[in-house]
Parts: sequence; structure tokens; C-alpha cells
Amino acid sequence: MPLYPHRHLLALQGLEPPYIAELLDLAESYALLNRGGKTQRDVLRGLTLINLFFEDSTRTRTSFELAGKRLGADVINMSVSTSSVNKGETLLDTASTLNAMKTDLLVVRHAQSGAPALLAQKVDAGVVNAGDGTHEHPTQALLDALTIRRRKGTLENLTIAICGDVLHSRVARSNIHLLLAMNCRVRVVGPPTLIPSEVEELGVEVFHDMKAGLKDADVVMMLRLQKERMAGGLVPSAREFFRFYGLDAAKLRHAKPDAIVMHPGPMNRGVEIDSAIADDPTRSVIGEQVEMGVAVRMAVLDVLAQNQRRNS
Amino acid sequence: MTLILNNARLVCPATGRDSPGSILIEKGLIASLDGTGAPEGATVVDCGGAILAPGLIDLRASLGEPGHEHRETIESAAEAAAAGGITTLCALPDSEPALDDPATLQFMLRRGEMTGSLSILPYGAATRGCAGKEMTEFGLLREAGAIAFTDGTRAIAEARMMRLALSYARAFGSFIVQHPEEPSLTRNAAATEGEMATRMGLPSAPAAAEAMMVARDIALARLTRGHVHFAHVSTGAALELIRAAKAEGLRVTCDTAPPYFDLNETAIGDFRTYAKLSPPLRREADRQAVVAALADGTIDAIASDHQPRDADDKRVPFAQAEPGGAGLATLLGVTLAQFHSGKLSLMRALELLTAAPAKLLGLEAGRLAPGAPADLVLFSPDRGWKVEAGKLPGKAQNSPFDGRALEGRVLGTWKAGRRVFG
Repeated sequence: MPLYPHRHLLALQGLEPPYIAELLDLAESYALLNRGGKTQRDVLRGLTLINLFFEDSTRTRTSFELAGKRLGADVINMSVSTSSVNKGETLLDTASTLNAMKTDLLVVRHAQSGAPALLAQKVDAGVVNAGDGTHEHPTQALLDALTIRRRKGTLENLTIAICGDVLHSRVARSNIHLLLAMNCRVRVVGPPTLIPSEVEELGVEVFHDMKAGLKDADVVMMLRLQKERMAGGLVPSAREFFRFYGLDAAKLRHAKPDAIVMHPGPMNRGVEIDSAIADDPTRSVIGEQVEMGVAVRMAVLDVLAQNQRRNS
Repeated sequence: MTLILNNARLVCPATGRDSPGSILIEKGLIASLDGTGAPEGATVVDCGGAILAPGLIDLRASLGEPGHEHRETIESAAEAAAAGGITTLCALPDSEPALDDPATLQFMLRRGEMTGSLSILPYGAATRGCAGKEMTEFGLLREAGAIAFTDGTRAIAEARMMRLALSYARAFGSFIVQHPEEPSLTRNAAATEGEMATRMGLPSAPAAAEAMMVARDIALARLTRGHVHFAHVSTGAALELIRAAKAEGLRVTCDTAPPYFDLNETAIGDFRTYAKLSPPLRREADRQAVVAALADGTIDAIASDHQPRDADDKRVPFAQAEPGGAGLATLLGVTLAQFHSGKLSLMRALELLTAAPAKLLGLEAGRLAPGAPADLVLFSPDRGWKVEAGKLPGKAQNSPFDGRALEGRVLGTWKAGRRVFG
């Protein structure tokens, strides 16, 4: 079995497929243990895990907290309100503080692309990127992949449509890197104003017509559209967006009959997704995504802790 | 005091000379180029066959002073300039306060004189506070020593303002230097739009933002018969427009800076903030277009576009980092890389750094001729060195070339006949 070779998990771009598979396999075993009620482990006993969130995110923080506690780590949550952060210097001040506190594992969420990578250069802890700006959100893509693999039995040769605000989505970027590495066909679907420049160079197909983009897809992955995007003029209104790019039953009919629907949450019902679809247990796997999130984060923390112990 | 620089290879793009020789210096001026007429007891320096050329004229640099002395003082900039072979430097006016009245402008001139090693020629602000709204007193500023007018690192955004400035500058025989980026497209951008920025998740602006502003200002130059000079041109599309405007006979000139012919956008990989510049680094095809335009004369001069930054400016997440790179000490070495790779002749490479900016600005300096100021640089074109941020001369260490190996090392610099480096 290959051993994840890095000290940190900052991005999925460039991560070799065997290591992705390793993380997914380990996460799957944690998922089974969690379901079996055997939730307490001690692989992180004696280690300190700090959740350092410069951006609000109840669900991701809670998921990491639960993962850390189930593995026996001492978990501390630090929320740094962005208004009090005097840009980046505080970031490096924070790094020296964390080093002084002998942190072993650091989970970082930040509104700026590259901020966890900057911290990783300065801290002794193993760093997990829990979402940085519009760059990457590796554990989200891993939990999405695990959910797909459990539902479809494999990731090979699936057609996956990632829909909506791809431009501002770190979830989309991490998913594109992971899914392409695992031999999926990846499409991005959205209005041209929300599709990043030259995204096709990453290896995806671009669609501006949602029905064409969903045709024969195995997986429909919806992204959150933030309200500010409408204020910025990238889309004129929520109702227009829903009409052309919101997932409803009529559009979903173009995907395969057994296509699953995913969303990283939190959802804007009636903007990017119709409640009838989001709540349809035969199509929506949104609940399972959350469940797999804890298992994936347990796997990531486990692997990084092993590397941390080996290095110290 | 009389000084003889012996046993040198004299290279002077202004006169086309490239031959062995020695320079006799008297009273800060070049007295002769054949070593004749030297009095008894003159100081003799053996140049060991290295190249002796006119001191470099840097058409464009920001200095930390006034307003940002924590980044760089004029004294530390002068140290870096001397080490880079630069003897004349044109300072941008968007300091704090801006160089928008005769008194602050004269302050800059005096501060340059005080260094004793560097002539600082200040640009006048084109608009008050470089805010783009209200024209400054071009005539009074020109009398005070302004070499031309610009808002520095800020584009003159409004077409009406640019039209007025181009027209009015004609009355004083001057020109307007534009930072060519359409600001409504480049606001908040940290990189050039495309695959690289998409992968890194960075806010980005299309490279076309440069050509758009160039196209507009060429139209205004045609309208006003004024002279527009585009700074740090970085894209093939903009250079095409400039090439056509020159062919049409319009008064359009431009420069570029070493990062735009030596680096491409991949230098920002791993979120390297030292490579965050304004304009941002471009794709490889644009870099190659800049190299071609240096060779064919579309680009008139190479400027350092030196922008001093300190750790607080750069050790932050990429999008929040201040753009700009230190460029004084590396100006000659990075330019010579184009000579070593066969893209530019040695004469053309040096012309872009000496005779060409001198001609643009109407300066006496920039040539090896009797009566010219004895501003000189002695360098070995082949001697290697490595750029290391943290070990560069001067205070500003934010070099986008950190880690780059260069061939071409300055051995000595003379300002008005006085040795100021080496």
C-alpha cells in the first residue's frame, strides 16, 4: 500500500492517483466503523489539533472537530474574525503562536487563495487546507469522490457535471483535479460569466446550456451561488439563474436515469437547486456527503499524524 | 582631479564605438577617449579588458522616499543603483506626498544630488496627488526640473484627462508616460487571466486590458499630436498597436522592464509574491513578443521599473500582497541574458539602457564622447553571479529574479568621474 508522502494536504492538483485511492480506502474503512457505532479510536491520542478558521464555516469546522475527537486528539477551535485581521502579518504572527503551543495538526480555512500554503511554510504542524479563497478545498473533493464511489461502485469512466458558479468555487477546482486524476469525464456547466478563463486547459468540457451539459451524466454536482455575485453583475437575477442553471426535475431528466445529485452545502434552495430535487432520497446524496465528510477527515488527519510522528 | 581608465573595451551605442581604448576624465567630464593628454600624476585604473560603457539611465523607478522610508531610502536606492551600474534614475511621482508641485520636485532633485552617486530626475505628477482628476502645473514643474509627466503606477484612466494632458504637455515640449491598463478591468486583479490564474484561484484581469488602454491613448495622440510614452509594455497585442502607430508617424514611444522579457506567469507558481507585479507577468507568447520588439526597435528603452517592498508588503497571501519588484541591481544582468541567448546584440542591449533613454529625455549623459559627463559602468559580460533576495545591495530585497543565475557583473561605477561602486 502506498503511503501518502506529504507533510501537509494543501491541494489536490498534482496529487498522484495512488495516494488519492489510499485516502479514499482509509476513509471508507472509517465510514464503516462509524456506521457500526465503533466511533472512538486513539490514533491521535496525545496530539493537538487546532481548527483555525479565518472564515465562518460551521459545517466544515464541526466535521473536522468530530473527526479529530473520534481519533482521540485534543481539539481546539480558533475562530479569527476577519474584520480584526490586519491582512497577512497576523497570519505569520499566528504561525509563531501555534509553533509555541506545540500544535501537531492544523486545519486552516481562509478567504485568500494560498493562505494555508503560506502558513505551512512557517509552522511545524501538518496543515490541512480546509478551503482557501477560490483555490482548493481538498477534503470536500475527497468526500465527494468517496460518496460517488460508494454509490457507483467506481470512479472510472463516469461522466460528472459540475454546475453553477465554477469561477468562484474552490470545491469545483479540487473536484476537477481529483476526478480527472481518477479517469472521470468532467464537464463544467454555467453561464460564461461564471466559468473561469481557459478552464478547458485543465481537461474539462465547458457547457453553457445546462440540458446539453447534463446529458447522460452519472453525477450532477451543484455549486452554491453566493448572493454577492448578483450584486457584482455576473448574473442579473436569482430568478434568471434558476430558470437557466437551477437544477429542477425537467433539467435532471437529461442526465442518466440513475444519476445522483450532490451539493457541498449550504444550499440556496430555489436559486441553484429546487427543493424537490434536494430532498428527493432517490436522487440526492447530500446527507451521505456530510457523513463521508467526517470519515474523509479522519483519514486525512490519521495519515498526516503518522507522517508527523515519523518526522519528529 | 584627473583619472585615466586604461585597458578597457569601450562600448558606446550612441556613437557605435566598440574598440579597445582608455578614457581620460577631467573635472567630472570625459576629456578624451584615446588616453592622450594625461598630465603627470594622474590616477590610473587598469580595467583589465572589461567593458567600459556609459552609466545606465533608468527611465523608471519608484523610490521609497518620500513617504515609504521603511521600504527604502534614497540613500539605499543609490547604493543599489551604483551596484547595478545606474548613474541616472528617473523617479516616479506617486510618492507620499506626490511630486505635484515645484517644491516637492526640487526636494527630490536635491536628495539625488546629496547621494553624490546618482542623478535623480523626477517625473512630475500629471494630476494632483496622481488622483487622475485635476491637471498639475506642467510649466512650473518643468521649470523646476520635471523630465516628463505621469501618474506613476496609476493609469490616467479618464480619456478626457489624458487628452488634456497630452495637449497641454506640447506647450512645454514634454510628454506623458502612461501606465497602460484599463482600470475597470484590472481592479483587484492579482494575475493575468488564463489557465494559471484559474488553477491558482486568483482574481485576474485579461491581458487585453493593456492593449485597450494603448489603443485609446494612440487615438488621443493622433487627436492631440501629443507625445505618449507607454511604460512597461508586456503584451504582444499592445506592441502590435505601438508598432503600427510608429509606422504611421505618431509620437508614440515605449519601454519595458526586465521581468517582462525574462519571466512569464509561471514565476508566480506556489504563490510567490515576489513575482507579483503590476502589470502582472504574462504568458510565454507575450514574453517572446517583448523580446522581438526589443530587437526590432518597437520598444525604445528598458527601465528597471524598480518598486521597493518590504516583508510586510510581501509575506501575505498572494492577492493581498503589494505588487512590484526590486530591479536596480539586476537591470544590467537580466538585460545581458538576452545578449547571451543571441536575441540582442551587445550594442543593442546597451543602447536600450543608455543612449535610447538619453535621447528620449534629451540628456547629455549616455554616451562616451569628449565633453560628456564621466558617468561610466565597467562590467564583465561573462562573470556569473546568483541573485539572492536578502543579499542584494540596498534595502529593498523583493527581487522577482530571486534564485536566478546571471552572467554579467558590474565591476565598477563612476559618477561624474568619482568611483561610486567597486
